[in-house]
Amino acid sequence: MMTSEKITFYIDEIECTATQGQSILEAADENGVYIPRLCHQPDLLPGGSCRVCTVSANGRNQAACTTPVANDMIIENGSEEILDLRRAVIEMLFIEGNHYCPMCERSGNCELQAIAYRLKILAPRFPFMFPSRKLDATHPGIFIDGNRCIQCGRCVRAAQQIDKKPILGFIGRGGAVRIKASSTEGLKGVDISPDDACVKACPVGAIIVKDTAYRKPIGERMFDKQPIGSEIEARRTS
Amino acid sequence: MTAMDTKTLAGEIKAIANTEDNRRTRLINVVRKVQLSYGHVSQEMVGMIAEALGIERVEVEGVVSFYHFLSGKPVGRFPVYLNTSAVSEMMGMSEVADAFEKAAGIRFGETSGDGLFSLQYTSCIGMNDQEPAALVGGVPFTSLTAERATEIITALKSGNTPAELVEKYGYGDGNNANELVRSMVNNNLRKRGDILFGERENGAAIRKAVAMTPDEVITEVKTSKLRGRGGAGFPTGMKWDFCRRAESEKHFVFCNADEGEPGTFTNRVMLTEIPDLVFEGMTVAGYAIGSHKGILYLREEYIYLLEYLEDVLEKRRQAGLLGKAVAGRKGFDFDIRIQPGAGAYICGEESALINSSEGKRGEPRDRPPFPVVSGYMGHPTLVNNVETLAAAARVIEQGGEWFASYGSGESSGTKLLSISGDCQKPGVYELPMGMTVRVALQVVGAQDAAAVQVGGPSGTFIGEEHFDRKICYDDLGTGGAMMVFGPRRDILETVLNFARFFEDESCGWCVPCRVGTGLMHAKIKKIMAGNGTRTDLEEMESWGRSIAAASRCGLGQSAANPELTTLANFRKVYEERIKEDEYLTGFDLERAVEDACEATGRTAIHE
Ligand SMILES: Cc1cc2nc3c(=O)[nH]c(=O)nc-3n(C[C@H](O)[C@H](O)[C@H](O)COP(=O)(O)O)c2cc1C
Ligand code: SF4
Ligand code: FES
Repeated sequence: MMTSEKITFYIDEIECTATQGQSILEAADENGVYIPRLCHQPDLLPGGSCRVCTVSANGRNQAACTTPVANDMIIENGSEEILDLRRAVIEMLFIEGNHYCPMCERSGNCELQAIAYRLKILAPRFPFMFPSRKLDATHPGIFIDGNRCIQCGRCVRAAQQIDKKPILGFIGRGGAVRIKASSTEGLKGVDISPDDACVKACPVGAIIVKDTAYRKPIGERMFDKQPIGSEIEARRTS
Repeated sequence: MTAMDTKTLAGEIKAIANTEDNRRTRLINVVRKVQLSYGHVSQEMVGMIAEALGIERVEVEGVVSFYHFLSGKPVGRFPVYLNTSAVSEMMGMSEVADAFEKAAGIRFGETSGDGLFSLQYTSCIGMNDQEPAALVGGVPFTSLTAERATEIITALKSGNTPAELVEKYGYGDGNNANELVRSMVNNNLRKRGDILFGERENGAAIRKAVAMTPDEVITEVKTSKLRGRGGAGFPTGMKWDFCRRAESEKHFVFCNADEGEPGTFTNRVMLTEIPDLVFEGMTVAGYAIGSHKGILYLREEYIYLLEYLEDVLEKRRQAGLLGKAVAGRKGFDFDIRIQPGAGAYICGEESALINSSEGKRGEPRDRPPFPVVSGYMGHPTLVNNVETLAAAARVIEQGGEWFASYGSGESSGTKLLSISGDCQKPGVYELPMGMTVRVALQVVGAQDAAAVQVGGPSGTFIGEEHFDRKICYDDLGTGGAMMVFGPRRDILETVLNFARFFEDESCGWCVPCRVGTGLMHAKIKKIMAGNGTRTDLEEMESWGRSIAAASRCGLGQSAANPELTTLANFRKVYEERIKEDEYLTGFDLERAVEDACEATGRTAIHE
């Protein structure tokens, strides 16, 4: 291993230490400071697409997951301005797709929903778009519901980087960007199984393994007991 | 398709892929060639291309569905792409569109039954000085009228080719009449300045450069205080220096000729009239940063210049100004290739441009790392605008101090402006940096201008009270665009046009831009439909600021500028349009009921 230089930086006045080369988000995690994130997954290269992790770093807005931390950097993570930006982005995701939380089997285990709760979002400020989205239910064991997809790309990156088979990809441009299986037959035509990292990567209810829904009752799901990010904050010693 | 047909097709596609050495990085080139040969890239062809290049089909489909000029469904043998820029609209686009529809017997978005025509709209094709303009079968037709549009369709139906039609209408000025261009486009180059259009000798800058050390070349560029002409205004010498110092076995020079900012058409004229100077700049930059390969990224809309540019390159090779031991300097080998784009404004963003040149979707990359450290194929890459590189060549030829003696303060040299809209002499002007908007308006014959748009949709909208502001980096920056609006124009029409542009051109990677551009577009539509309120104006401002603050790249960061700068400088125009209610819905209940009644054949009962 390279000898790595230690640096000091500040998040909302908390003094933190980091290793040169880490992203702001990774460094914050290690110091027990939670920066909300959706498209980031620790074992994948960052995507920088959701912008939920936006912080103000030395006065400039930056995505914490893609910006390297620097010595003496001053980071705002909890200011009202930053919180409002994040709420706006999360609300955009809610109105862009069709998120029927009350009947979604991922409810309680969904990162989008959990961040919305944590940021205390009651209703989106934007009008709903009610798009028409496709459902790929061709595969016997797995389906992709475009209604709930947030285009975070975690599945695409996991397929490439962990599963080492780029069976999922993005098509379209702008508001028409979608996730697609690399086959004319849909998911059925690709080599995918419920244990693949690309299936597990989905933070919302867009990639679902069939016959597993509602196994855990409400009250026992991932974010029922404590808000998202608590496990990171638990790392803070003082 | 029969089995035999499929086999033949597969063979043909394989052959096409072969012309690009079956390289994955040349995916755009392969797909473009397939599109040109078959009028589309079908699902079947997607699979064949994927197989030939050894990649997943979704990668091919991802590319085909990203770029405007690639299509999964058949376009006509003569696809018509009508320019929807704001100035095109002002100059009569809708009558031209109607005429095209009538003559071709189809609507926009459709392909004719006989497969001859398809009609589509497209973002600015760089012809704002001769609108309305369209690409028909890849060939630009300018200053269109309804009669012209009808005539074109009729002639093509009866067997004429676009080239024959252009010949009949007459070639444009300057090199547009060159036998390798043969285009009806006009340069409208109305003011030649000393720097870009001054007298010069081919190769002079290169010979001077190779007699210096690369560091001396960079110092000279720094002395000139030249800054990037592509919009951001980064000091050019410093950029070259960063790139030179980034260690790697290879370095690359890119010339950014994507010129997608609506209202900008300076690159078009430079590439037509002074391509040698542009290539000279690339070569000097190559020497300075220690590169052997330059790539000119040419937007699809300017592909009519390709053959001509290739010929210029060939002549430069023959003259020893490209190739092995350039200008006799041992060890300095440098050549240039042209990378065609396929239609996407975002590909002008430097990291998207690099992705596109690697055969990928034109999505920007995260920075850092900056391209000067890790760009094309992971190597240090210099991306400069066409005008920047041309100016740099002149800096080396005539000296940095000479260059810095033009312009004002931190904005040295001259700037090419492409001025269009309500003025007597639309066209390209080389003017000193730092001149006021008012002076520019006088030069183009637009004394009665009511509003001026500087920098294109991502720039600033100003009114009379700001006409004494200066065109330079410290005040009004522009990549060249300046659009003039007379007193009778409705500014909100232009804001609407720009809002639609950003929604169409967002790459879709990041949330605030992908969703936000659609929200802003809907808002301005709501206001123009007479359903706007004060709340809508406030929301437009606050949403616009959030989109700018959270977006990943310059597109999203400036996508709300049309609304934000007009709300700041032309608030009255909005106030006249809104109602004083607290809240009005964009949904028209009565209309919806009427529609429902019509569909069901019932009558509504009003109580
Ligand atoms: C959406 C977008 C579009 C752009 N389009 C262009 C373009 O068409 N031409 C250009 O030179 N720069 C364009 N740029 C700026 C480039 O990213 C880059 O800054 C420029 O090419 C650098 O060259 P310069 O330093 O010589 O100006 C664009 C930037 C953005 C964000
Ligand atoms: S700001 Fe827009 S164009 Fe830029 S990365 Fe985000 S979605 Fe793409
Ligand atoms: S987590 Fe950083 S952009 Fe999505």
